[in-house]
Amino acid sequence: MSLNYISEILPSLLDGTKLTLSLFFWTLIGSLPLGILVSIGLIGKFKPLKWILDLYVWLMRGTPLLLQLIFVFYGLPIIGIVFPRYEAAVFAFILNYGAYFAEIFRGGFQSIDPGQYEGAKVLRLSYSQTLRKIVIPQVVKIVIPSIGNEVINLVKDSSLVYVIGLGDLLRAGNVATARDVTLVPLLMVGVIYLILIGICTFLLRKVENRYSYYK
Amino acid sequence: MLEIKNLKKSFGSRQILNGVNFTVNDGQILCIVGPSGAGKTTLLRCITGLESADSGEFLIDGAVFDPQGMEASDAVMGVVFQDFNLFPHLSVLENVTLAPEMVLKESKKVAEKVGRELLAELGLQGKSDLYPYQLSGGQKQRVAIARALAMKPKILCYDEPTSALDPQLRDEVADLLLKLKEQGMTQLVVTHDMDFAEKIADKLLKVTALDQKG
Repeated sequence: MSLNYISEILPSLLDGTKLTLSLFFWTLIGSLPLGILVSIGLIGKFKPLKWILDLYVWLMRGTPLLLQLIFVFYGLPIIGIVFPRYEAAVFAFILNYGAYFAEIFRGGFQSIDPGQYEGAKVLRLSYSQTLRKIVIPQVVKIVIPSIGNEVINLVKDSSLVYVIGLGDLLRAGNVATARDVTLVPLLMVGVIYLILIGICTFLLRKVENRYSYYK
Repeated sequence: MLEIKNLKKSFGSRQILNGVNFTVNDGQILCIVGPSGAGKTTLLRCITGLESADSGEFLIDGAVFDPQGMEASDAVMGVVFQDFNLFPHLSVLENVTLAPEMVLKESKKVAEKVGRELLAELGLQGKSDLYPYQLSGGQKQRVAIARALAMKPKILCYDEPTSALDPQLRDEVADLLLKLKEQGMTQLVVTHDMDFAEKIADKLLKVTALDQKG
């Protein structure tokens, strides 16, 4: 394993890492708010909306993400909905992860003591003020560990975009391995994933600590 | 003056309150007493709008009001819950100032000034920046009282104010309620503790369990 070879293929692996990271960030930026909105619908009293959202969560969690990716990129064009590769991946990931986050947030909302809502009600706070100022801040603290798990999964799940021909980190490594008949690129891919997840873990712990000011 | 006329409430087929009537004059303490399960808390929850009454009339100073439909501006009732229901993620001062800022639209400066005064009056000076989990039960209760008073209620309601506290604190709570009475606050107190009730009450309302009578 020569250092020369490593520095030779590193740029292409870093290029792949860039795509992996951009998919990661856009998915989080889209799916976290989506998850919160869906979970508010899930705990709400309006039944038809609840049924629709339950169906959405069931579909997203009940079928493989790989199938959803293939469906969006190769399937939807058949009925005239065409996404470019990258947009197809972001779209599928946001929908999929939004469903998981929604379920996590729903659990968080349901673990809030009803007394908190009553305390807010007798102070005449509106429902949206109660959610914003009382409930959501407490839910966030409760859900951080579970969200963290999904965030770490997302780093690795992003490698599924391989199947629709996007040049992510895994693909870059695979291409180099096939071309040069060596395991080095794949080992390097593993190391880069480990570093990414090490950083995520560190940041998540920071966030957890930030919320540890109360019990 | 608070008047309640013919208040009725059932849960399903089980009647809890069958035509409760009472009046409380300004600055008086009314104690609602009775065995547990008799409907004392339900009565208080109907008056404070946490539960909808099946029927009955609510009047304050002779004017009808709807406990459930109260506007943000007429903060008629303050409530001190049995377990206080403080907001754990907010500091003591933020617990007190949140509603005045959000609901009464007071400026942060004014709300904090009033909040600190209330906390000091209740013997909580120096506790403003602590969080509820750092307080004793008695201190939590006084924060809950400060939080309710910050909304300038006409009437302050308590659900079992002595039950979550050490028995030795009972007299301290009684003194506190009597001090608020001196300042002219009208108070409704639900309690199963007769000694406590007799110590503070101007008036007693006995609630008996309906399904135990028959």
